Amino acid sequence: MKGRDLTELAVRNLREAVLRNSLTTLGVAVGVASLVAMLSLGVGLQALASQRLNKSGLFDAVFVTARRGRGMGGPGGGPERASAPNPAGKREVAKPLDEGSRQEFAKLADVTEVYPQIRFFTDVKYGGASFSTNVLGLPESSRATGSFDGMTGKYFSSPTAEEAILQAEFAKELTAEPATLVGKELVLRYAQRNETSAADIAKEKDIDKQMDEMMSGAISIVTREKKLRIAGITDADPSAGVGGFGGGRVFVPLRTAEALHVAQPNDVQDFVRAGGSNKPTYMALTVRVKSPKDVTRVEEAIKKMGYSTFSLLDATRSLRLVFTVFDLFLGLFGSLALTVASLGIINTLVMAILERRREIGVLKALGATDRDVRSLFFAEAGAMGLFGGIFGVALGWLIGQTLTWGTTIYLKRQDLPGVKISHVPWWLAGGAIAFAVVVSLVAGLYPAARAAKLNPVEALRYE
Amino acid sequence: MASGAISNAVIEPPRNGALLRALNVARSYRLGEALIHAVHDVSLDIRGGEFVALLGSSGSGKSTLLNLLAGLDTPTAGAIHVGGKNLAELDPEGLARYRRDTVGMVFQSFNLLPRMTLEENVELPLRLAEVDRSERQARVGEALERVRLGARKQHRPNELSGGEQQRGALARALVNRPAILFADEPTGNLDSVNGEQILLLLQEIQNSMGMTVVMVTHERPLAERFASRIVMLSDGRLVG
Repeated sequence: MKGRDLTELAVRNLREAVLRNSLTTLGVAVGVASLVAMLSLGVGLQALASQRLNKSGLFDAVFVTARRGRGMGGPGGGPERASAPNPAGKREVAKPLDEGSRQEFAKLADVTEVYPQIRFFTDVKYGGASFSTNVLGLPESSRATGSFDGMTGKYFSSPTAEEAILQAEFAKELTAEPATLVGKELVLRYAQRNETSAADIAKEKDIDKQMDEMMSGAISIVTREKKLRIAGITDADPSAGVGGFGGGRVFVPLRTAEALHVAQPNDVQDFVRAGGSNKPTYMALTVRVKSPKDVTRVEEAIKKMGYSTFSLLDATRSLRLVFTVFDLFLGLFGSLALTVASLGIINTLVMAILERRREIGVLKALGATDRDVRSLFFAEAGAMGLFGGIFGVALGWLIGQTLTWGTTIYLKRQDLPGVKISHVPWWLAGGAIAFAVVVSLVAGLYPAARAAKLNPVEALRYE
Repeated sequence: MASGAISNAVIEPPRNGALLRALNVARSYRLGEALIHAVHDVSLDIRGGEFVALLGSSGSGKSTLLNLLAGLDTPTAGAIHVGGKNLAELDPEGLARYRRDTVGMVFQSFNLLPRMTLEENVELPLRLAEVDRSERQARVGEALERVRLGARKQHRPNELSGGEQQRGALARALVNRPAILFADEPTGNLDSVNGEQILLLLQEIQNSMGMTVVMVTHERPLAERFASRIVMLSDGRLVG
């Protein structure tokens, strides 16, 4: 019999015993729904965790430092940071981490952003008082980290805005009512690194000093002040844990921070090592990549270029492993309900054989082969699996949505933002339907074989 | 694909000699300790185009013999040749094809499937034979017109009288244009008027289509009136 005829007959037969077949199909649907709801929770929670971690900037970033002695801060301050002897026994000259290297990293495939760590000590003047704290330059990508969700005020109006965002705890130090700070101005007092140019040296009147500067180059550090508008106040610490570089309590746009030319802890060391070169170097650079899977490749490329690198990729691998095991267990529990449902299919089809014994006899008398009869029962089992699977996926999705809805209400009562804890991706929906069909077909194996083996003479005699 | 072509491919009705040949056929059943010989050493030749009535009382083995000839059952001894082909040499798939393409069956209790309309019941053998959809409708219409049920095709069996149901069953048996029509007590569940109408129809179809008819009955007058040959059975043996 052709597939289309088989399907038509199977659907017709299912329609005829509509109540019983609907209940059996509902059993399959409940099984699939339980499976889908369980796995959608696993997938949803994994997606939520991955999303949060990706937003944190920990897992799609490579932290780069120059290969040099210890004590310069940054995460890679281990033995790797020391310049390693080459096979010939000569110590390599460490490559400086400067604007040139920054541009080289930016050219690598899948790199989205390269920015320096700019953090400096400052005195904040506000309302006639002075407050000591740290300032951190934030790259443009920090806007998408979620750290500024629900902040008071707004994020920086532009990447070069002369604005500041205050950490809530620091804002409380400035005033008892932090919300009133938004839109007001504060003044940053900081140390600016000043390279002494050839013209400056020429202006030097003391001939001995002029000679010294010409021989060795010079830098100077001067105190500067900068007026900034307070754009917003955030509860979270957007720099918390980023590469273990420590946080700031006043945040300014990175490009604004760069324009300040604030003296960095490495300036003096670089000056001494480079024998007076006045070319600025970076303490560390953060290389952000498109997705965590790109980290290893980019990290390797940067290492080959002669820099020290650090990433938290191993942590994401462990996370994936944990979630795979979690999903496996959820899937197993979800499948139990589907196993029970498959017993329902066997029962329904065996009952159908008893009821339709005479019909099977007639079919065989009219020339149906054993395979035709087997296929017909198979098709009926498959159709129950298909309909049950589709309905089950919808039901499972609904359960997941209800859980998300309930969780959101609970979280909002706790003054926390709502989260999507359940997610039914296409592969889960398709896989669950396919699984339901396969389980139903397996359940239909025995009844179908039994129907196919019926002796037509005995079947026709059956009343 | 026309089922007539399949039919001819499987069984070629001979121009001369027997279309159906039973040679020392026996069929026995074990019922507990007892061995029941339903058919015992039956040899029989049926020529193409014959209308043969298998006559006998209840339990004489006539229905068992009919089932053996129709390929619904297999003999425990002996051989059945149809168009020169030994049915014992056919595997279950081959026997199913023989029933589908060469044989048409009419039963005492009609055996129309109650879930289907009359049209769908008649279409069933064509579905099994994988006849094209475009051809099916015409063939079903033709078969139903032949049994004068063209107007009832959308009715379900329980909406038809006994006579109509048997005519519907006859249309279903004819739709594949079989070489041999087996009828097992076709008038058994009908009153005498309807029974006679069915046999008149059967005779008319046999004459127009030139098919071979083998009918089981226990009613001698009907057998004598319609059959071209009567074969008597008693206790599983041929008696005349």
